Amino acid sequence: MSALPTLSLIVFLPWAGALLLALMPKLGARGSRATALAFSLSTLALSAVAIGSFNPATTGYQLAELHDWIPSLNVHFSLGLDGLSLILVLLTAIIGPAGLLASWRQERDPRLMGIFFLVLQGSALGVFLALDFVPWFMFWELSLVPAYFLIKLWGGPGAPRAAYQFMVYTIGGSAFMLMGFAAIFLTTGTLDFPELSRLAADGTLASKLATLGGFWPHAVFLGVFLGLAVKVPLFPFHSWLPSAYAEAPVGASMFLTGVMSKMGVYGFLRILWPLFPAPLHAASPCLIWLAVAGVVFGAFAAMKQSDLKRMVAYSSINHVSYCLLALFAVSLVTRPGGSAATSALAGALLQMFNHGVSAAALFFCVGVLESRSGGRRGLGDFGGVRTAAPIFAGFCGISLFSSLGLPGLNGFVGEFLIFRGVWGLAPWCTAVACLGLFATAFFLLTFWQRVFHGPRAGAAAGAFSDLSRLEIATLVPLVALMFLFGVLPQLLTGLFNPLVAAWVGHLPLP
Amino acid sequence: MNTNYTELFFALRPEAFLVAGALAVLGLDLSIGRRLDDAQRLTQALAVGAFSVLCACALAWAGPRGAVFGGAFMFDRFAVATRLGVLALTLLVLGVASAARSPRNSAEFVAVILFAATGFTLMAAVQQLLLSFLALELASLSLYVLAGFDKGRPESSEAGLKYFLFGGMAAAFLLFGFSLVYGIAGSIDLPEIGTRISMLPHSPLLAVALAMILVALGFKLAAAPFHLWAPDVYEGAPTASAALVASASKLAGITFFTRLLWVGFGGAAGDVSSLSAASGWLPGLAAIAALSMLIGNFGALAQQSIRRLLAYSAIAHSGALLLGVMAAARVGAAPVFYYAATYGIATVGAFGVIAVAERSGPCQRISDLAGLYRRSPLLAGCLAVFILSLAGIPPLAGFYGKFAVFAAALQLGGLAGPAGWLAVMAIGLSALALYYYLIVLKQALVTAPAGDAKPIAVPVAAGVTLVAAAALILLFGVRPSLLLDLF
Amino acid sequence: MNALPWTIYVSFAGALLALLAGRRSPAAARVVALVSAAAAWGIALVAAVRFVPNPAGLQTLVDVPWIPQMGIRYCLAADGISLTLVILTGLAATAGILFSWNIEERAGEFFAFYLTLIGGVYGVFLSADAFLFFVFYEIAIVPKYFLIAIWGSTNREYGAMKLALYSFAGSSLVLAGILWAYVSGGGQSFALGDLAAAASHFTHAQQIGMFTLVFLGFAVLAGMFPFHTWAPTGHVAAPTGASMLLAGVVMKLGAYGCLRVALPLFPVGLAFWQPVILWLAVIGIVYAGLVALVQDDFKFVIGYSSVSHMGFVLLGLAAANARAVSGAVLQMFSHGVIAGLLFAVVGRMVYERTHTRKFADLRLMSLYRRLPFAAVVFVIAGLASMGMPGFSGFPAELTILIGVWQTSPWCTVVAALGVLVAAAFTLRAIQVAFFGAPSEAPVAGDSGPLPPITLAEKSGAVLLIGATVLIGLRPDLLLDLIRPALQSPVFQAVFNGGAP
Repeated sequence: MSALPTLSLIVFLPWAGALLLALMPKLGARGSRATALAFSLSTLALSAVAIGSFNPATTGYQLAELHDWIPSLNVHFSLGLDGLSLILVLLTAIIGPAGLLASWRQERDPRLMGIFFLVLQGSALGVFLALDFVPWFMFWELSLVPAYFLIKLWGGPGAPRAAYQFMVYTIGGSAFMLMGFAAIFLTTGTLDFPELSRLAADGTLASKLATLGGFWPHAVFLGVFLGLAVKVPLFPFHSWLPSAYAEAPVGASMFLTGVMSKMGVYGFLRILWPLFPAPLHAASPCLIWLAVAGVVFGAFAAMKQSDLKRMVAYSSINHVSYCLLALFAVSLVTRPGGSAATSALAGALLQMFNHGVSAAALFFCVGVLESRSGGRRGLGDFGGVRTAAPIFAGFCGISLFSSLGLPGLNGFVGEFLIFRGVWGLAPWCTAVACLGLFATAFFLLTFWQRVFHGPRAGAAAGAFSDLSRLEIATLVPLVALMFLFGVLPQLLTGLFNPLVAAWVGHLPLP
Repeated sequence: MNTNYTELFFALRPEAFLVAGALAVLGLDLSIGRRLDDAQRLTQALAVGAFSVLCACALAWAGPRGAVFGGAFMFDRFAVATRLGVLALTLLVLGVASAARSPRNSAEFVAVILFAATGFTLMAAVQQLLLSFLALELASLSLYVLAGFDKGRPESSEAGLKYFLFGGMAAAFLLFGFSLVYGIAGSIDLPEIGTRISMLPHSPLLAVALAMILVALGFKLAAAPFHLWAPDVYEGAPTASAALVASASKLAGITFFTRLLWVGFGGAAGDVSSLSAASGWLPGLAAIAALSMLIGNFGALAQQSIRRLLAYSAIAHSGALLLGVMAAARVGAAPVFYYAATYGIATVGAFGVIAVAERSGPCQRISDLAGLYRRSPLLAGCLAVFILSLAGIPPLAGFYGKFAVFAAALQLGGLAGPAGWLAVMAIGLSALALYYYLIVLKQALVTAPAGDAKPIAVPVAAGVTLVAAAALILLFGVRPSLLLDLF
Repeated sequence: MNALPWTIYVSFAGALLALLAGRRSPAAARVVALVSAAAAWGIALVAAVRFVPNPAGLQTLVDVPWIPQMGIRYCLAADGISLTLVILTGLAATAGILFSWNIEERAGEFFAFYLTLIGGVYGVFLSADAFLFFVFYEIAIVPKYFLIAIWGSTNREYGAMKLALYSFAGSSLVLAGILWAYVSGGGQSFALGDLAAAASHFTHAQQIGMFTLVFLGFAVLAGMFPFHTWAPTGHVAAPTGASMLLAGVVMKLGAYGCLRVALPLFPVGLAFWQPVILWLAVIGIVYAGLVALVQDDFKFVIGYSSVSHMGFVLLGLAAANARAVSGAVLQMFSHGVIAGLLFAVVGRMVYERTHTRKFADLRLMSLYRRLPFAAVVFVIAGLASMGMPGFSGFPAELTILIGVWQTSPWCTVVAALGVLVAAAFTLRAIQVAFFGAPSEAPVAGDSGPLPPITLAEKSGAVLLIGATVLIGLRPDLLLDLIRPALQSPVFQAVFNGGAP
């Protein structure tokens, strides 16, 4: 154990910040915002420390912390870092402050908003770092509470219903996941993820679950699957997403799409795949088509939207489904060795990070448009913004193209690797998924063209100020990363390549 | 037959004192009382009466034990306990009588009460047919007079008349039954009758005799279907009279009939594990018990008058008491004595509260009790104790009484037999009974007083009586051994 | 430990003192009541801290003959389970008195009834003689009636009578069953241990019959479907402090009775009825949750949610293995605290200020701005009620689910569905009651600030929230009391004879 409990600090500092804000009701707007931002940035600082002592070549969990918590249930408070969690922690460390900056102009109760943001950030970090089911589940569920309130209290007109649906859906899925883990504990006596992965790798877990008899082992798999699938979301459990993302305030949408959707994918990679390789393999032929459906449906639905925020929301479904497409393709594998598998998995991890960055940036841009137009954000409400606000057009354009997957920007590498990998594993799926690519290109370019080009129209007809310094400060880090990881993806892949190689090397084969 | 009159006199000293006391009351009233006003005459009469009752208590406790006068009287533990119980209840009734608003002829009233008490104490110990009838009639006649005592109210006269007519008929039945028994067994001595009957085969004549005796029992205890007099008497009679009828009369009657049935006709008891009526009088008694519980409880549900409610509840309690009588041979008389005695205390208390409440306004309907908690917290608290004891709520005495009786009944054949079913029915109906008891308490403790309701001043004697009764109920409820150890 | 019986005596003494103090002033009565309740709770906590589990199970505290004629003894005993529930009682009682701080009318009598009820409850949790158990159980019935009938709100007379009669009917069934067992065992003793020993020789038919009576009687008080209808009506009608106690603790009397009396005495009966009870419990969880979802009265939502949570308790008890039963006892504690919080907010904080409990009215009041403390407390209570990790409901429900998997996987699935339904109706209640549509035109007659939250209310809320968070984060504080108790021979016999 390291001398400094870095991981605990990463998780709990944002919460400490929230507590501090809660105990100071008299703190003014500026003080609240500044405090919140400071605590949110602490994650970035600590992540830097963590990277400093992180060794990518070691594929086990580093900076681990283990404490007894509930001995009667063999539950420990266990935190650990590997390549997968590291990039997600980095992502959170970036998107968190970005979301706060995006909400800087929010007039209504900034202290409360800051509290919720910090709790949300802390919970997300906890999800990415916890290695025992009970603390993991605690962070998983607790993240819903601030998200709910952020949507409910600062959201648009349809916010109450969207927030309600979002929370009930997710808790519903979680209830079945809880049920599944209850069975796992009953048969194995442990809830520790690394321990369970070991048991699954040599088949012990499957045989223990088989003692439940009948179809119950499958029910356990389904329960855990359901809890994760709702969160990502995997088609067809996605119906809560468009409203939730669209009604949420800007900062919350950025965090939701940037970080929270990754919690679901992380769950698939950290829990479902290692613990249930055989059931996942058996279900993959069906699941992979669900992922493809998500890709295609997300893109085509986005095409049909006239509300820009909904458009980006649906495109999130599309982009995150790529990650699951890669995973399900890999779990279809029946023979060892596979550059295809490596490629797919690496692409999925990259895509998680990159999509987070570009989607957050896109939501921010839509937010900018909304703020200039007095609340309107339809496709037809703007025209010729490029002329009115060239800097904004530049930044937004970069974000759009990054989302599109233009080579040279960060979105390209991940998608490319995924497609390359999946082509080697499930060519037909790749072919159909390409439709999604085309549709994505279509609507993103439509966005670009209708809003930014042409004569100044709609909200842009009148006064349309360019980006303020604050807004530039929010976008610059994101855009910079788009370029950086577009040109030098190895900065990221270096962190997790050995891990992916280890995964591929130990692929559970039927 | 051993005619040791000295022994007899010593044994019957309590009765002698009671009679002497009654005469003293009358005498004092005729002499000194002429110069006093009504309230003072009442006080004087009550004081002398209470004194004589207390002396009778002491003498009953110190009296001889065992058979006396050749078996005509038996002062076993049951008898002694009943004598003490009856006297205690009479004392409480005298306390209740002190609350009378406008007492007239109070000396006569107290004297007749004392005569009734004499009858009760005799009933507790007799073991011979002739003396039984004598004791019973002494008690009953006194009660008829007491019921019709309030000449100013037509209800009281009606009550007295009804009671007398019913009672007379029942007495006739009893006497006829007794004569049949004498014909069959050839003796008027209960133990001898018992021996002879157990040797004889069952005859229809015996069945007829037993049936008649059961009729008389039913009447005395206000058990269905011989209960029709009870609601009217409880409602019409003066409050203290009703209290006496409900309490001491019932206790004495229970003892009387328990002894009569088990000592005299134990051999013909029959079997209650089957429902055949031919086996003896137990099934018949069981039927009376069941009917009483049903009619009593369901009847009470519909009542608007507090006294009629108490009457129907008395009928229901009689049914439960009969369960104890049925089991008395098997488990002893302690449960049924305890139940009857504590039931008596609670009833006297309830009537006492009504008597005091009547001083400041009519107290006929249940709703007349509204707001009692504000009009007189003392009365409300005492009423709560009495009513909850009647309902059978621990830690009050009524609870243990019911518990012991039900346990005794179940020992007659487990839950499967008819006695078991009776016990289950009794338990179920007591849940029902809680409803109407809570209705009474609701008026007293929950409902706000009516607009024109006045506070009630509680006279000292009555207040002391009520508090003493409540304390006894609590005491016996928490330490039932105090009463059970008398056995 | 030996001081535990004093919880009973202190409560009864406190009742009498409060009645007398009430003659002086309501404030005096309150203070007396609070001191008594806190003292009793303190005794319980000290006993818990010093507790050393005994492998034989119950540790005798008092054992003197009482009514030798029937073999009845005044016998008090405790194990970890009793301790857990006694601690809960003390906590709920103290918080309940804090939330009843504003009672002015007949305050002395209110606190007298309240403390009598609490004394009876302590007695039930500590009894080891069936007769004594029953006596304390019935002592608790009458104060309930008066608390609701005199100080309650909606439909109070009907609700009070229904609650009292159902409770009494349930206890009558229990009486019949216990008497039957006593008589069949030879009529020698009412001690629970002796009755269990005698019952092990009864025929299967006898055991099943006795179990049916006793379990049914207790299950009525625990609010098992379909005998639960008294609970929402009664709890809604009751004043806040009483509802906290009724839903929080008194319903647990029924579950405790099942656990302490029905299961150990008649394990054959349990084995016979187990599938039915499991399914009734699970149906109760879901059904009550669905009914809660469509209520338009705030307090009814909480009332039905209590029935739903008690379904979890009964589910755990019926599964009859150590894990499930320990979860059930933990859930008893957890729900006791959470129900207290929920009723406190709905009744005391909201209703007594806004004088309405209809969602249609509350929706327009934007209460999270006008009563922010109440909103925060209710959100926390709601999250705890949903089984959110970090609060006491989560380890309880997890443990129950693990235990029930062992016995009936299908029931586990339906129970998980119940968790979903609970989230739905709780969230709806939070949303509509506190975070309704932002104020447009103010509702007629509803302008101006609402009375602030008093110190008493804040203290009570902090106590309860502290308890649920503490147990949520460190459930072993209680599980270490409960699990050894379940290792005793009595319970082991149940688990072996009870599991199918």
